[in-house]
Amino acid sequence: MSVAPQIAASAPVIPEFGKGSSSCVVHNHLFCWDWVEGNWSPVLWPALRQHVLLSLIAVGIGFVIAVALALAAHRYGWIEKPTILLTTFLYTIPSLALFELLVAPVGANIFAAEIALVSYTLLILFRNILTGLRDVPREVLDAAEGMGMTRTQQLLRIELPLALPAIIAGLRIAVVTTIALATIVYTIYDSGLGVPIHTALGEGPFKTELIAAGVLVISLAILCDALLVGLQRALTPWARARQGG
Amino acid sequence: MSRRDNAQEEGLSAYPQAAELQLRQVCKRYPGEGEPAIGELSFTVPAGAFCVLVGPSGCGKTTTMRLINRMIPLSGGEILLGGQSVMERDVRKLRREIGYVIQQIGLFPHLTVAENIATVPKLLGWAKDRTDARVEELLALIGLDTEGLGGRYPAQLSGGQRQRVGVARALAADPPLMLMDEPFGAIDPINRAYLQDEFLALQEKVKKTIVFVTHDIDEAIKMGDRIAIMRKGGVLEQYGPPEEILGRPASDFVAQFVGADRGIKRLSLTTLAAVTLLDDTRRSAEARRVPSSYSLKDALSILLTDAGKPLAVVDAPKSGEAGEGRVLGYLTLSHLERLIAEESERDGDGVVAAGMPGAHPGTAPDGAHATPSDAAADPTAEASA
Amino acid sequence: MHEFVEAFKFIAHNGAVAGNPNLPSLAHLALQTLKVGAIGVLISIAIAVPIGVALGHLHRGSFVAINVGNIGRALPSLVILAVGDAFLGLGLTVVELALVILAIPPIITNAYYAVDGVDPDLTDAARGMGMSESEVLFRVELPLSVPGLFAGIRTAAVFVISTTTIASLAGFSGSLGDIIANETSYHFSGVLGAAICVALLALAVEAALTLLQHALTPRGVRLRGDRRDSGSIGEATSVAASA
Repeated sequence: MSVAPQIAASAPVIPEFGKGSSSCVVHNHLFCWDWVEGNWSPVLWPALRQHVLLSLIAVGIGFVIAVALALAAHRYGWIEKPTILLTTFLYTIPSLALFELLVAPVGANIFAAEIALVSYTLLILFRNILTGLRDVPREVLDAAEGMGMTRTQQLLRIELPLALPAIIAGLRIAVVTTIALATIVYTIYDSGLGVPIHTALGEGPFKTELIAAGVLVISLAILCDALLVGLQRALTPWARARQGG
Repeated sequence: MSRRDNAQEEGLSAYPQAAELQLRQVCKRYPGEGEPAIGELSFTVPAGAFCVLVGPSGCGKTTTMRLINRMIPLSGGEILLGGQSVMERDVRKLRREIGYVIQQIGLFPHLTVAENIATVPKLLGWAKDRTDARVEELLALIGLDTEGLGGRYPAQLSGGQRQRVGVARALAADPPLMLMDEPFGAIDPINRAYLQDEFLALQEKVKKTIVFVTHDIDEAIKMGDRIAIMRKGGVLEQYGPPEEILGRPASDFVAQFVGADRGIKRLSLTTLAAVTLLDDTRRSAEARRVPSSYSLKDALSILLTDAGKPLAVVDAPKSGEAGEGRVLGYLTLSHLERLIAEESERDGDGVVAAGMPGAHPGTAPDGAHATPSDAAADPTAEASA
Repeated sequence: MHEFVEAFKFIAHNGAVAGNPNLPSLAHLALQTLKVGAIGVLISIAIAVPIGVALGHLHRGSFVAINVGNIGRALPSLVILAVGDAFLGLGLTVVELALVILAIPPIITNAYYAVDGVDPDLTDAARGMGMSESEVLFRVELPLSVPGLFAGIRTAAVFVISTTTIASLAGFSGSLGDIIANETSYHFSGVLGAAICVALLALAVEAALTLLQHALTPRGVRLRGDRRDSGSIGEATSVAASA
C-alpha cells in the first residue's frame, strides 16, 4: 500500500522508549548514552543485580554439591561413573529445554531457574575437583600419613590446597558459563539481564538497550574470570615459584 | 599429656634416651599369597644405634620398616619401641614420635621449607616461638640457614637440598626413632656420598635410633653400626656390626651379597691412624705422604699403583699450626699384608679394632708389628658402642 | 505430571494443535533444527580443527587457544543472536554465522590441547624414525588426539543445538525453538513437548558422536582407558594456564 511505507519512513522507529526519548533513541542509532543514563536505575542496574544474584547462587550451590560428590568419589571410587553419567546427561540438555522441563514439576519461578543453572555447573566442577584431588602426588600423601596426620588433616592441609588450581580452573569455567546461561532465565522467570535483551528484541530491535545489556553480561563474565585468576594467584604462591633442579 | 605422648621437650636430643627398638617374631602375610612377606623376624636395635636393613629387592626390608610405624598392619609378633608395643599406642601419636623419610621425600609442594619442617611440631601443638626456634636450629643443622632459604618452596630447591629438608622435617619433633627408606637413593653418586657423610656427622650429634633401609651394601657398610642382611621372606641372614658381616659372613648368601671383594671392603673400615706403622723403611726418602684419616683400603690402592714407594702416614696438623703434621710412621705393601693377616686373626678372637683415632708407633727397632696384647692394653682402641 | 502426559500426546500427534492446522509439524521442525545445526557444526569444524591441530602440532599459540576458549564461553548465545538480528536481520545466514562464532572456541581449544598433549616422547621417537612432519601429524598425533578432538566437537554440537533453539527467541523461525517461543499458539503442553524433543535430540546427537568417536579411536588408545575422553566439556581440566 502506498500509505504504509510513507508512514514507516516518517514515523520514528521507537516512538516512546523509556524516559524522555531523545532523537538518538527514536531513530535507533547504534548507542545512545542518554538512554543508558536515564534507564540505568530502573532497567539495567536491577537486571544486573538480579543476574549477579542468579549466577552466584547457582555457582555456590553447584560448588557445594560438586565438592560433596567429589569427596565421596575420592573416597569411594565407584561413585565417579554414575555421577559423570548423570551430570553429563544434565549438561547435554539444551538450556531452553531444561528450563521448560523444570517448569512442569517446579513451576515458573526462581527454583526452576536455579535448578537448571546448578545442573550445568555440576559436570565441570565435579570433574575438576576430583582430578585435582587425584593429582596429589602419592609420596606426598605417604609422607603426611607417615608423619601422623589424620585423614581429615591430610584432606584439609594437603589434598585440598594442592587441588586448588584445578578447582579454581573449574570454577572459572562454571562461573562464565552460568553467567552466559542466565540470560535465558527470563523465559521462565522475570529476572536477569535477559529481560532487557528480550525487551529490546521486541522493539525493533532496540540497539542501545541490546548493546548495553550485552556488554554488561559479557563484561561481568570476563570480570569474574579475571577475579578468579587473581584469587588463584593469591592462594597458590607455590605454583609460581619454579626453578630447575 | 604424658611424656610418652609428646615427642620432645627442647633442644637436640632432649629425649633422654633414644629409644630401643625390638622386633619379636614379626610376621607379615598378605591375603592370597602362599608365602608370607615376612616369616618370623626378630632383632633388637639398641638405643642410639644406626641399624641398616639391606638385601635384594623383595626381601621385605621396606615392609619391615613400614610395619614399625604401622603404615602396614602387623600379622603376627610384636614390635616394641622403648619397651612399649607399637600396637598399644594411638597410631597417629606413635607416628608423630617417629621420624619418617622416604625415597621420594614427599615434601609438601605448597608449603615453604620452614613450614614443611614445622609440620610435626605443629601437629603436636607446639607454641609458635618454640617451633620457629626449632626450625632455625634444624636449618642450621642441615646447612641450609642461608638467607631466605626457609621461605622458599620445594620446587625452588635442588634435589640434594630437598633431601636435606626431608631429613630436617623428620628430625623436627626430636623423635626417639628415625625410619629412613632409601633416602639417598634418588641422588647422584657424588651428592649421595656428601649427604651420607653429612648425615653421619649429624648422627654423631643427635644420636638417634635409626632404621635405615637400602639395597646398596656399600652404603650399609658406610653408615651402619649394625647391619641386618635380609633375604626373601624377611629372613634375617645375619645381624651384626660391619666388621662381622664382612669378616665372618654367616652364610653363602651373605658372602655373596656383600661381594667377593669383601676383604677389600673390610679394609675401608680401619683408618691408618688405628694401626701399627713402621718406624722407618728402606725407601722412606721417597715415601708418599698420606693423611692418617685414610683407610687401609685407600692405602692399599695407592701402594698398588705406586709400586715400590712406601707411604708416610702423616697426622693432621694441630689447629693454628701451618704446614703438615708430623709423620706417624711408614707403610709398605708387605707391612700392610701383615697388618691384614693380624686383623683376621684378631677377628677369630672376637676382638675387633674399629677405626679409632690414636697412633700406635711400632715398638721394635725394625718396625715389627705390635702384639695383640698391646692393642688390648690401649683403652682408646676399644670398639665404639 | 498431567502436563507431561499432555506433552507426550503433543509429540504423538506430531505437534498438531487443535484449531491451528497451519503450524509446521514437530518432525519438520526437528529436522530443521538438525539441518541448521549440522551446517553450523560442519563449518566450524572445517575452520577450527585445522587451526587447533596446527597450533597444537607446533606447540604454539597456547595463549590464543586458551583465551579463545575463555571468551567464547563468555558470549551468551542470546546476545550474539540478538546482535545479529539487530544489525543484520536474522536470516539463516546470520544464524549460521552466530553458530559458527559460538562453536569455534570449544573445538579449537580442545583440538589444541589434544594435539599439544600428545606424549612428546612419542613424537620424538617418530621423528627419530625418519617421519616427516606431516607423517608425524597424521600417523601419530591425530590418531592419539581423537578423544580430545571429539570432546570439543561434542561440546560444540550440543551447544549448537541449544543455540539454534534459542535463535527462535530472537525471531528466527525454523527450529524446535519456535514452539517454545510461541506458547500462545502451542500452549504449555506444546512447549513442554518441544522441550522434551530438544532434549532427546541433543542426547541422540551426543550418543551418535560418542559412537563415532569410539569407531574412529584406534584400538590401542581405547584400551589405554584415558580419563581424558570422558564428559562433553573436554578441555584440559587440569590447571588451565592463566590468561
